[in-house]
Amino acid sequence: MSVAMPETDERVLETGFDATIAADQRIEPRDWMPEGYRKTLIRQIAQHAHSEIIGMQPEGNWILRAPSLRRKAILLAKVQDEAGHGMYLYAAAETLGVDREELTEKLIDSKQKYSSIFNYPTLSYADIGVIGWLVDGAAICNQVPLCRCSYGPYARAMIRICKEESFHQRQGYELLLAMANGTDEQKRMVQESTDRWWWPSLMMFGPPDGDSPNSQQSMAWNIKRHTNDELRQRFVDMSVPQAEALGVTLPDPELRWNDERKAHDYGEPDWEEFKAVVAGSGPANAQRVAHRRRAHEGGAWVREAAQAYADKQAARKNEARKAAA
Amino acid sequence: MNTPDEEEVTAEGGHGAVPVTGVETGQGEKPSRRTWPLYEVFVRGKRGLNHVHVGSLHAPDDEMALHNARDVYTRRNEGVSIWVVKADDITASSPAEKDPFFDPSADKVYRHPTFYRIPEEVPHL
Repeated sequence: MSVAMPETDERVLETGFDATIAADQRIEPRDWMPEGYRKTLIRQIAQHAHSEIIGMQPEGNWILRAPSLRRKAILLAKVQDEAGHGMYLYAAAETLGVDREELTEKLIDSKQKYSSIFNYPTLSYADIGVIGWLVDGAAICNQVPLCRCSYGPYARAMIRICKEESFHQRQGYELLLAMANGTDEQKRMVQESTDRWWWPSLMMFGPPDGDSPNSQQSMAWNIKRHTNDELRQRFVDMSVPQAEALGVTLPDPELRWNDERKAHDYGEPDWEEFKAVVAGSGPANAQRVAHRRRAHEGGAWVREAAQAYADKQAARKNEARKAAA
Repeated sequence: MNTPDEEEVTAEGGHGAVPVTGVETGQGEKPSRRTWPLYEVFVRGKRGLNHVHVGSLHAPDDEMALHNARDVYTRRNEGVSIWVVKADDITASSPAEKDPFFDPSADKVYRHPTFYRIPEEVPHL
């Protein structure tokens, strides 16, 4: 994409880019942008897309076992949304000069990653509710500010995604409400699932600000709008009254209201576990990637057949045109 | 490239916490196989509105592009009509020459209604 040009031209272009960012305006696909900005966005959008695609697996696991037709239809729609979100994001990534097919290959070759949260297994049906409530709730905290990201196509994709995420979170919470008002065993399931997902959800916001040097540059470029700790705090404060309404206890003995800060104090997540899960030793890493590879390779014949059909139709149209001429 | 346990991680993207070092971007690489063409998708939200660009997708032919666009971009009654256009068939103005290209309209203030001074007491103008 980049063409060698005299240094002065490059400087003029960079000044224009900086001015656009300073004015909090959007960068669009064919605008000049620094290589670092382009690379950061490709990495972020691609891995965001991969997270949506891999995110279909933990929930897809429960479609056949959802307890009623209503719950099956909801879960199916939700998993289909995740696929859609992946597609919006791949489309945004492609505007930066990468090929969608290449991105899929990088995912199944583990050269690009996806969010660590999807490396935890879904062990009970209550997990479907808790994922909607906590995991999608945390995702919403991260995603809403991305609607104002400086890169236009990414910001626009995020607006579509955020509209749909609200359904995801509400269906999860409603599911949990139904279980919380159910039998003692169902109540226990909700608590047990909350205990497993609370800390991984907090880890979704990334390491503490002091250990996150990359965030600084992203914030200067208006890609990232809030620090990891700011977003984590917002999520904790949101979740506490929601947990109370459900009658579940969040598994953090240090969690309490701090009247001075007008915010909740909370305990430190286990960052060693976090590092291990991101590095690939999470409970389900290998399984997730292997499944994605199987789906991709198993679907190859469908893509080839569609191509063969398209070729045949094009050839027929050509012949008809010649015959008419 | 960092080793996995030195990997730097942050909350990028929606679901957070992904590695930010040692990630290939794949810029400039072209797939080895022949891939489906890229289509841009435009949706008319409801009668009376223009079609608006919503994103893109890949499909083997026009008809499949239309079906895929319906599945990807209109799962919640977002549209009553869809256009799909092969991206290669779109001609666009270049952002680099945007100033000279749009210059002709920049200095014609008399094209705007506010250019004309009319006494305030004159109604309906």
